[in-house]
Order: sequence, then C-alpha cells, then structure tokens
Amino acid sequence: MNFSIYDFTGFVSSVDLWLRSNFPPLVADLTGFVIIAICFLTFVTLLGLSLVYIERKVCAFFQQRLGPMRVGFWGTAQTIADIIKLIFKEPLITKNSDKFLFNLAAFIVIVAPIMAIAAVPFAKGLHVLDFDIGLFFITAISSIGVTGILLAGWSSNNKYSLIGAMRSGAQIVSYELSVVLSLLTIIVLTGSLQLSVIIESQRDGWWIFKGNIPAVIAFFIFIIASTAESNRGPFDMAEAESELTAGFHTEYSGIKFAFFFLAEYINLFIIAAVGATVFFGGWMPLHIGNFEFFNNVMDFIPPIVWFFGKISMLIFLIMWFKWTFPRLRIDQLLTLEWKYLLPINLINLLLMSLVALNGWHF
Amino acid sequence: MTNEKLKELIISKIPDAEFPEGEMQFLNVIIKPDDLHPLSILLRNNPETNFDYLFCMTALDYPTHFFTVYHMTSSQSTFSFVVKVKIEDKETPAVDTVSDIWKTAEFLEREVFDLFGIKFNNHPDLRRILLEDDWVGFPLRKDYTDEANIVEL
Amino acid sequence: MTIPDYKNDLTIIDESKPETQEYFINMGPQHPSTHGVLRLLLTLDGENLKKVEPHLGFIHRSIEKMCEKDSYQQIVHLTDRMDYLSCHINNEAVCLCVEAGLQMEVPERVKVIRTIIDELNRLSSHQLWWGVMGMDLGAITTFLYGFRDRELITDIFEETCGARLTMNYNVPGGLMFDIHPNFQKRTKDFITYFRKKLPEYDDLLSNNIIFTERTKGIGYLSKEDAISFGVTGPTGRASGFACDVRKRFPYSAYDRVDFKEIIYTEGDCFARYKARIDEMWESMKIIEQLIDNIPEGEYKEKTKAVIKLPEGEYYQRVETARGELGVYIVSDNKKSPYRVKFRSPGFSNLSALDTMARGNKIADLVATMSTLDLVIPDIDR
Repeated sequence: MNFSIYDFTGFVSSVDLWLRSNFPPLVADLTGFVIIAICFLTFVTLLGLSLVYIERKVCAFFQQRLGPMRVGFWGTAQTIADIIKLIFKEPLITKNSDKFLFNLAAFIVIVAPIMAIAAVPFAKGLHVLDFDIGLFFITAISSIGVTGILLAGWSSNNKYSLIGAMRSGAQIVSYELSVVLSLLTIIVLTGSLQLSVIIESQRDGWWIFKGNIPAVIAFFIFIIASTAESNRGPFDMAEAESELTAGFHTEYSGIKFAFFFLAEYINLFIIAAVGATVFFGGWMPLHIGNFEFFNNVMDFIPPIVWFFGKISMLIFLIMWFKWTFPRLRIDQLLTLEWKYLLPINLINLLLMSLVALNGWHF
Repeated sequence: MTNEKLKELIISKIPDAEFPEGEMQFLNVIIKPDDLHPLSILLRNNPETNFDYLFCMTALDYPTHFFTVYHMTSSQSTFSFVVKVKIEDKETPAVDTVSDIWKTAEFLEREVFDLFGIKFNNHPDLRRILLEDDWVGFPLRKDYTDEANIVEL
Repeated sequence: MTIPDYKNDLTIIDESKPETQEYFINMGPQHPSTHGVLRLLLTLDGENLKKVEPHLGFIHRSIEKMCEKDSYQQIVHLTDRMDYLSCHINNEAVCLCVEAGLQMEVPERVKVIRTIIDELNRLSSHQLWWGVMGMDLGAITTFLYGFRDRELITDIFEETCGARLTMNYNVPGGLMFDIHPNFQKRTKDFITYFRKKLPEYDDLLSNNIIFTERTKGIGYLSKEDAISFGVTGPTGRASGFACDVRKRFPYSAYDRVDFKEIIYTEGDCFARYKARIDEMWESMKIIEQLIDNIPEGEYKEKTKAVIKLPEGEYYQRVETARGELGVYIVSDNKKSPYRVKFRSPGFSNLSALDTMARGNKIADLVATMSTLDLVIPDIDR
C-alpha cells in the first residue's frame, strides 16, 4: 500500500484493488459504497460540530467576548454537549401540522448538502464523484435544499414559518442565478465543468489572479450570492430571528432542529469548497507561472492543507459578514439581485468571453 | 396668552364655566360634559391659544361626581391649561370624545374607560386597553373592591 | 355596561366558499423584538402591513391604584419599576412634585447631583437602545458593544447607591446618601472613554449602507401627527416637535447648563436614530459642565417622617430617555395621595405606531418599533 499525503490516488486505488481481489464484484462495490458513506457521514458530523464551534468563537471575538469556555478545553466539547442535548430532546410536532411533510422536510434539508459534498475534491485522488458535469451537479443538488425549507414552512402550520418559507423561496431561486452565472464566468476560461479539470487548469496560477479583472468581479458576486443562497446573515431573511422568531424552523425541536442547523453549516462548507475550487485552485498549491523554485516550495505543503486552508479563509470571510452587517429587507434583497448583481454578472460574462477570445488573461 | 385673556375667551363661549379659586399651578376650568367638545375645538383652533398638544388626560373619582381632566398646552408656548369636565351622573358616566381633535386621546380615553368606566361618545374604538376584556369592575374607582388582589392596610 | 368584543376576532374559515381573507399575525406577547410582553395584531397583505393594533396590559400592575394606599416616600420606589431604564429620572419626577407641593427648596448640591445622574441614566438607556436597535435589524454584534459601555455606567451607579438598575437614589427632599468619593473621578474617566467609543457606534451602524437603507424614509411621522399623538422625547424631536422638557420647563440644574436641543425634521427611523446618538453627545456635554462644580452642602433637606401634601393638585414633568414623563398628584391632605396619574411617554409614543408603520413591511415595523425605544412596564404601569 503506497500512502502519500501529497497524492491519494495510489492509496485509493490500492484499497479498491484489495476489495476487488478478495470479494466478488458486487460485494466489493457495495463494500466500497458503505466505506465511502461511513467516511462521509463521519466527516459531515465532525464538520458540522467543528463549524458550529468555530462560528461561536469567531462571533465571540467579533463581539469582544470569549464564547463557550466551560465544557472541555476552551469550550471545545460544548457543541458535543449541545448535540447530546438535542438528541435527547422531545421531538414536538404541532397539532394541525402536516406530519409527513413536516418530518420529510428536515431530511430533505440535510440530505441535499450531503449529496453535494460527494462531488467536492478534497485533495489529489481524494475525490468521490468526478464526472464531466461536476460543478453543475453540486449547484443543482444543493439547491434541492430549498424544497425542504418550503415544505418545512408550509407543513408547520405556523404563520411565521410560512412567511419565512415564502421569503426563502424567492431569495434562493433569485440568487441561484447569480451563483451559476458567476461560476460560468470562470468556466469560459476552463472550458470544462469537470472539477478535476478545473483544478488542473490552475496549475500555473489560480483563476482569481490569472483571470484578469472579470474574475475578481465574478468572485465578489459569487461570495455575495452564495451567502444569500445559504440563508446566512446579512441575508438571513428566512430566519430573521428578530422579525419571524425563527422563520421556517420555528416549530422544529430536538434532532430535527439539529438537522436544519447542521445543513446550514454543511452548505457553508460547500460554498467555500466551490469558491475555493473555482477561484483559488482547490487543492492546487499557489503557483506562479514557470517560477520553478517558488512552485516547488509551495508544493511542499500538502494539497489537503491547501484545500482546508482556503476553505477556512472563505468561511471566515462569510462569518465576518454575518457578525458585522445588519439584515437586509426582502424587497431590498431582491432589488440587489435583479437590478444590480444579475446585470453586472451578464456584462461580466460578456467581458470574460472577450478576455478569453483575445487571450488577455494570464 | 395669559390667564385673564383665556378666561375671557372661555366665558365668551361658555358663560357658566367655573374657575376654581385658590393657588393653582395651572389655570383650571370646570365645565359640563356637553361643553367639552366645542370648547376643545375652540382652544385647539384659535390661533391665540393653539392648544395642539394634549399632554395628559385622566379622570378623578369623587363621591358625588367624576372629573375628566385634560392637561393641554401649545407646542409653541409653555403656557399650560387644565380643563375639567364635571360628570354628575355616577351610574352611567359619559362624555364626548376628543380623539378627533387630539389623536393621543384615543388611547388615553380607552385607558380612562378601562379603569374608571367613563364612556366616551363617538370614540372610534372604545374597549378595554390595559385589563382583560372580561374584567369586572373599574379598578381606579374609589368603591372598587377586590379582596383577592388588594390587601387592605 | 357591556364589555366590548375583540374587533378582529378570527372567524372560522368556511372551506366550501373560497374567498380572500386578511392575513393576521400575532406579534407577541412573546416575541424577540417587542422587547417585553407587548402584543401587536398585524393585518398583512403579503409582507405589507395594512394595520397594526397594539394590545397592552400584560404587565399592568396598577401602580396608580397602589399609590393611593402608599405614603409619598413609598411612591418613589414604585416609579423605577415603570421605566426601569430611566429609573432615576422617574424617581426624580415624583420627588420634584412632592417638593413643589411642600414648597421646599432642595440644596444646590442635590440639584447638581440629580442632574448628573439623570444624564448618566439617559446615556445608559441610549446605549442599551443602540445595542438593541442593531440587534433588531440583525446586527447582533452591536448588542454586545452597547452593553460593554453601559456596564461602566452601572458600575458607577452601583458604587454610588448600591444598585445597578432600580436605584431608588432619590427621596423627597434630596438624596438617599451622599455621592461616593470616587464618583467624580470615575464619571470623568467614563466620559473620556466614551468620547472615544461613540464614534465606533457610527462606524458600525450609522455609516453602514444596509443600515441606512433599512431606516431612511421608513416609519415616517409628520410633525403635526407627532404633536397630536403627544409623541415626545427623541422620537418627537426627530419629527421636528421641540418638546424637550429640559429646555421648555427646566428643572433641577438644567437651567444653568448649556446644551443643544436635538431637532431633526425628517421624521423617519434614521432621524430618530440620529437624534438619540446626538443626544448622547449632549448628555456628555452636560455632565462635563457639572461634574467639577458640585457645590458643597447637605445632600438632603430634612423632611417629616410622614409627608402630607396640602390639599390641591400638583403636576410635574421631566424628560426621561423616552420622552416626557408627567406626574399628576391630587392631594386631600392625607398621608397618601387621593389620586396619582403617571403620564408615561411610552404610552403616547406607542399610540402613533400604527400611523408610522402602516404601508411598510414587517421588517420595517421592527425597525420602527426599535426607534420608538419602548419599555413595556412604562406603557402598562
């Protein structure tokens, strides 16, 4: 078994080879699926827990306080304690709610981002689904989550929830456009939707640097639109805790509430992962053209560290927004999208096409 | 505006208005319930008085009568004036509303209705404001008793 | 007399006959942005407000009835349970009224100390309001910033009289105790500190584009309406109604200090916001003028153990952080008053909410309410 922190291809294929040589093909495939599923579920849970902890700490530092400090060292076990509490809480269902849809909604909300995470390339070779429409797959699957939010709002039989769900529907459908268009701006340069190809195309520099001014504009639009798409502040109209108590998940308690909570953080991770992959080269180290010495030094840092480093930066940026800005109003939110972001985006796409045609990028 | 000029103005409109004697912080006038609405319009719209700010409105319960008390002033001057309406009818006390003249009176009259049981004719939305809708009695009346909630000393 | 029904009682929907109905939402009594137990019945058209109907009285304690049984010294202690954020100013209103009734002249020292603590109280109230205002609009960080600075004022209060929120520092005739020896130094330190910190408030909210978009032109109240509704305090002054009691009817030491009455004419949420921020600067100016000139003397004028006001009526108004508080005492020369009425600023300010919020969106209602700076016990009494 040849294991290397720089390239997981060998490790993954040797596991595959071992399975196939010891079991019949069907069992080998199934075992492979189960192993991957267990890995992902563990990863998603750990990710959710750690992101909740990070969010609380980041928020605390913005607010000049310490955040959780009591459970474990610097409060590290706080989120675990919270999850244990949520698991043992009574799952309340209100009397006149649509019970089937009410339960289903929580699962849709959590399943969508877990599916999307399968297509995220973590490091070289550490990539489950790498097909030619990878980016399209991620954006499509992660937008299924809005169905869950709409169902949750409708089935709760609560007026606040319904308003929250209506807002969230309008918001996510609108901002989906800007997310996709801003990603498309970079796709013009890469020529492929396959994530491994997108990463490979950034071997001599990341698109945010190579792609000239349109790439920078696209990145800003992407970060705004995707924050809005994931219902996070300052675009958290669907929850709007000071207006709608908790919006679409007002009536949820216990583990189903935890699903909504977890889904928000996994979505945050996916946004950061897509942003990092498309604009910052995914796991690709920082390379500058043919500057061999510099590139070799950068290669010394393992790709997985690059990937999580970039993701952390983007997540921090998104958290920074949330803890600084007041919330927009729903009509201002839609105005921002349809009157500003979308036209800018379309012009930017045109610009990028010109750049790509004339080879003005680096 | 001075006390004397205001007295003249009121007496010209309402001849039987009473001005209680004695040392008072503000000039007081005591009128009958029917005179309240015309007098209020006069005081509000007369350019010399221009009492456009009703800063306090309440009621007083005496053994033989009710008073509704209106403290008013002008936003341009610091001259304040008090109108008291003497309601002799203790059984079904009623007086005209002034909420069409001062909008703040809408809530203040509801409060008086709630706590004293004085009815305001033509009030747009007269119902209890502080207490529950099914509350029995009017707590700020002197004869109100509530053995459960009021501890007699 | 029959008891009236709810006007907007929800009728049972007959599903066989589909028709459009108005969408009602009960905002409160337990709601994060009503700041206490206030219930608003909203009539909605989509997200637009067609009507806002406040239902009050969830914490009505009938303080006015209790006053009829209490002595004048006891009444003072009931008042800081009304508007707990300007407790000292509420206490002062009753004390001034009783002192006027007794025709008693309090020592200069008392007047100056009262004024300083009034303004500190106003500052702390506005700091809390600022934090909560940000939180209502979704910027939770401001809440902690507001409380960070407010803590320093409550520390000063704690050292002065042992209490942080409901202070009970005033008694008819003067003050409960003399000020702490550290009082002047700590107050001066605080002013120096807060002069640096107040621009931070502007950085975080006032100059933020999202915040200005959310508040400019929202919740408009015209000057005529403000006067007619009796809307006072920073809320009224933001509509152009010059209603500052400290200027119009000076009490305590306000006649000898130099400060500006903040008046805006826009009448929207942003004007109300700016009025309060500017008022904080003015409060600091007032404190700075007085803090070094506290005259020597008694901190309390001797009063009888049982105060009896001469028969008559007494009205005293003061400017709390929310507006004009009036105390109306009718005395019949007994040890407790015949009738006490508190003209609370929040009650009148709330009555204008429907006029301000109608036609705006739900999110605007939240912004409008937080610029009204409601304290529910003050409304319900």
